Amino acid sequence: MSTIAQKRGFASTIWDYLTTVDHKKIAILYLIAGGIFFLMGGIEAMMIRAQLAVPNNDFVSAGLYNELLTMHGTTMIFLAAMPLLLGFMNAVMPLQIGARDVAFPFVNALGFWLFFFGGLFLNLSWFLGGAPDAGWTSYASLSLASEGHGIDFYALGLQISGFGTLMGGINFLVTIINMRAPGMTYMRMPLFTWTTFVASALILFAFPPLTASIFMLSFDRMFGANFFNVAAGGNTIIWEHFFWIFGHPEVYILILPAFGIFSEIFSTFSRKRLFGYSSMVFATVLIGFLGFMVWAHHMFTVGLGPVANAIFAVATMAIAVPTGIKIFNWLLTIWGGSIKFTVPMLYAVAFIPSFVAGGVTGIMQAVAPADYQYHDTYFIVAHFHYVIVGGVVFALLAGVHFYWPKMFGTMLSEKIGKFTFVFFFIGFHLTFFIQHFLGLMGMPRRVWTFLPGQGLDAGNLISSIGAAFMAIGVILLLLNVVITSVKNERVGNDPWEDGRTLEWAIPSPPPFYNFKQLPLVRGLDAYWLEKMEGKTTLTPAEPIGDIHMPNGSFTPFVISLGLFIAAFGAMYHVDDKAWAIPVLIGGLAITFGAMAYRSIKDDHGFHIHKEDLMDDDNEDKGVKA
Amino acid sequence: MHAEEKFTPQTWPESPEKATLEGKNKFLGFWLFLGGETVLFASLFATYIALKDKVPSPDHMLAKDLFELPLVFVMTMLLLTSSLTSVYAMYHMKNYNFKKMQLWMLITVILGLGFLGCELYEFHHYYTEYNHTFTSSAFGSAFYTLTGFHGAHVVFGLVWMTLLMIRNAGRGLSLYNAPKFYLASLYWHFIDVVWVFIFTVVYLMGMVG
Amino acid sequence: MKDRLTKWRLLSVFAVLALVLSGCGEPFLSTLKPAGAVAKQQYDLMILSTIIMVLVIAVVTVIFVLAITRFRRKKGEENKIPKQVEGSHLLEIIWTVIPIILLLILAVPTVAATFEQANVKEMDKKPNKDGVRDALVVNVRANLYWWEFEYPDYKVITSQELVVPTDQKVYFNLISSDVKHSFWIPAAGGKMDTNTDNVNKFWLEFDGAKAQEANNLFYGKCAELCGPSHALMDFKVETKSQDDFKKWLSAMQSAKAASPTDTAAAQGQKLFEQNCLSCHAVSPDDARPEQARLAPNLATFGERSRVAGILDHNEEELKNWIRDPEKYKPGNKMSGTYKQLNEQELDQLAAYLMSLKVEEQ
Repeated sequence: MSTIAQKRGFASTIWDYLTTVDHKKIAILYLIAGGIFFLMGGIEAMMIRAQLAVPNNDFVSAGLYNELLTMHGTTMIFLAAMPLLLGFMNAVMPLQIGARDVAFPFVNALGFWLFFFGGLFLNLSWFLGGAPDAGWTSYASLSLASEGHGIDFYALGLQISGFGTLMGGINFLVTIINMRAPGMTYMRMPLFTWTTFVASALILFAFPPLTASIFMLSFDRMFGANFFNVAAGGNTIIWEHFFWIFGHPEVYILILPAFGIFSEIFSTFSRKRLFGYSSMVFATVLIGFLGFMVWAHHMFTVGLGPVANAIFAVATMAIAVPTGIKIFNWLLTIWGGSIKFTVPMLYAVAFIPSFVAGGVTGIMQAVAPADYQYHDTYFIVAHFHYVIVGGVVFALLAGVHFYWPKMFGTMLSEKIGKFTFVFFFIGFHLTFFIQHFLGLMGMPRRVWTFLPGQGLDAGNLISSIGAAFMAIGVILLLLNVVITSVKNERVGNDPWEDGRTLEWAIPSPPPFYNFKQLPLVRGLDAYWLEKMEGKTTLTPAEPIGDIHMPNGSFTPFVISLGLFIAAFGAMYHVDDKAWAIPVLIGGLAITFGAMAYRSIKDDHGFHIHKEDLMDDDNEDKGVKA
Repeated sequence: MHAEEKFTPQTWPESPEKATLEGKNKFLGFWLFLGGETVLFASLFATYIALKDKVPSPDHMLAKDLFELPLVFVMTMLLLTSSLTSVYAMYHMKNYNFKKMQLWMLITVILGLGFLGCELYEFHHYYTEYNHTFTSSAFGSAFYTLTGFHGAHVVFGLVWMTLLMIRNAGRGLSLYNAPKFYLASLYWHFIDVVWVFIFTVVYLMGMVG
Repeated sequence: MKDRLTKWRLLSVFAVLALVLSGCGEPFLSTLKPAGAVAKQQYDLMILSTIIMVLVIAVVTVIFVLAITRFRRKKGEENKIPKQVEGSHLLEIIWTVIPIILLLILAVPTVAATFEQANVKEMDKKPNKDGVRDALVVNVRANLYWWEFEYPDYKVITSQELVVPTDQKVYFNLISSDVKHSFWIPAAGGKMDTNTDNVNKFWLEFDGAKAQEANNLFYGKCAELCGPSHALMDFKVETKSQDDFKKWLSAMQSAKAASPTDTAAAQGQKLFEQNCLSCHAVSPDDARPEQARLAPNLATFGERSRVAGILDHNEEELKNWIRDPEKYKPGNKMSGTYKQLNEQELDQLAAYLMSLKVEEQ
């Protein structure tokens, strides 16, 4: 198996990625697929801002605009932000806990392919009669009234990719509980691992309500059920509850790993251990827990009554406390440190004011009566972009720069990276700050145009100009990726020189078995501890021996493909197409057949022998020089 | 311990399902999966409770007019018994008695099939006699979705156990397949627990009105 | 570091400039120019929460700016290893307790206002012998891109332009007849959804003096995505003094079907009866059930301020609208339900519609 260093043909590389169960390669797959979806969501955003740049614009039609806003939200949340974070979790978390792989490598691959096919299915709607147009929340009365197949694409696409995410969540939970290296106690886990853990638990408990409600929506639209059909006894508010019981934890699924990434970056580039580590862990868990208690603050205007509104208002305010704890801990982490302003650190530093601005508007919305004014206006749009862009997207961009050398063995250009940052940062505030005021001045959200003479013209134009800046930033990032990949200057284990956690102690990119010998973890920031003692390597916990590794498999791809095919059958069943039901059954047969095949066929994996590991050692030395 | 190792009843470990790292991972992962499933069913239960007896016009059947407890009681007994027999199967697995384990698994599957037969009859009955269908009302949609999801889980469990039994019929127990049997049995218990809730929430509370 | 500060300064300049340009919005539309008790209470809560939050931001900003300026890794410090601080219990208690106190300050008025604004007991009080309640109740029915306002105690229906008295509470019953919408008059107070499942109730109040500033005409919006023309589902609120409102109500109650005098309008009436009357009523006392009221009541059309809620109120725009409603409100339910009209017929129809008035009869 030491042949991986050999040059291979393009086709065999593709085949390798189609069948891989290696968490590092799956991370790259997530990064590529999530990145492409991010660009698509970005193009949709640009079209939205172009349409709203001036009043009474006709750049896009009303129907197309609704499709754009729906696909922008859905794509960015489900197909860009979450998969990109899952990508970083895959790339980094197993390394941080000193594991050779995740607990279920096969399921890991399955999770990716389900997400991929779900996302592909959703986006095929653009070419097959129109995208969904009821908003990413897809409230039931509108989503049932929506014509064409747009909402069907939404329901089935999210269902498939949701299964994938759920599997990813379970996988990470088991990995963190069972696969930690010797000495890696829970309270020695890096904060990114902790946030991965809590976010995975949130995935596990938040996705099933979405699954259930999407089933109901699909049944209503495709198989004549009446869950949300008021005339037949149904109730549309059920959808709203389920959507937000899922939807609110979902934003913590996004922001917690972002917090994790920033925690790593702050402590790395301040050369200080994280201030108040244990309270950070506590705050993370508490945020995750409270995240399930506050969903109805998205529904203050639905008419749940003053008792419910008051309870959820106060519960929502409570979340500010652990979030505040985190902010101050980060500030105290950099306080007294030795701060190096690398590109990741720039994002981390910019994150604090941006996210605080988004956080405080969140508290303002917890004030239920005031939220009657904010709700469904551009104030809300501004708020959630401040937390999601200022929090999650900043973290993703920071993470891309920070972990790029670990994932690909080469550094992104710091110079271009700084330009990216400047454009993106300015563009971000320019776009979204003014939107707070647009909302307060009476502009509802999800409007495809606005009439002149309402005092909204200037603000919208400023916002659109800002969007262009962000676009330039993203283009610069792409340029950076291309230039870096062409140059391909190799880097060593610890390219930032201040790495603290286990992943920086092994080569970049790591060998496919990660750790030749499992490390012995002697405290928080294990690699930093070793470095402080003048060592460059980790203390091993075991002698060099055979390593057991899983076999690659094409089955995850096939299982996912089956559901992808079945979804077409379910959808076109509505049009009374004769082939629809056979396709539905055939697709499901492929999926379940592949699952049965997986269950029946023995797969014991393989062993890397001690001697080969020794050989690799010599090769590594050659590469590093 | 390696998955491929050969054993005797004496060397067979105490908890064979957790003796290997793979087994341990599967054990934990499956419990977590069942946690997610619980939330899924909780959502379906909540929906059912919200939409119970919600029909478009008074000529539709309501829960108290529909259910016949004797049949449901038989179904409950079949499923509860099958849960017990799967416990026997696991008992024999832990004692490295492959033949007996297979036998009790088989009985479990047969009882499960009996349950499924009753449920199909029940649905058929509602469809033909009472015109209570998936599309007739919100109540119908919620009822068939909840019970149907459970029924689909039963089908999946039966196919899974059958496949396992056939696949391993010729080669006996190992640390490789012991976790698989164990998980199938765990899944079966879960299905059983869900049914107990369905029996209570849908049928008993339905009869009370 | 200088770059960053300049950037911030630039940004704030931009923001302030933008604010000056738009001046906190228009008095007929902005939540920042509250024109009633509900909006005022909400505005006060906004200000209270903003002050608390600005306080938080100020503290964070000071620590933040000090931290990133003072602890920069300077030349010659490449090998400096700062002290590895574990944490501080005292600090952690401080930044846990102070936010809790701040939130309590915010939570108390929040809860109080939530209950106050949900108090609609007046609506359920017994009506007098004429079936009229002390409280003024308006039934709002949202439809794909138009609004119906019914005054149930007075058996009066109007559409698109809500008429309300100033300086008294107005109670609303809200429902939707197709998909979910949301009823929002920003200057008068927060929104409430019009669900398809149930009737929602709330109240608003319009301040007489503030209404004057807005020329007695407020803008209302649909705030829940409802389809292609969601953005154009506007309505207007006309405020009248309580006496004028009473006059208006009795005018509405006694309104007779218009009998146009000039020939064009009379021709228009015929066209209207052939093409439009099956959906549009022209008298305020439409007794049909709401399922049959498929389109806005046009009894006061001649007195409205907008055509279709969005276009200027003149015959030219009216004809444009009738010629091709799809162009102005995509996805509306009116397009294609009536015969193609020629220019002369359009003139006649417009003349008739503009003659539909209640108050000047």
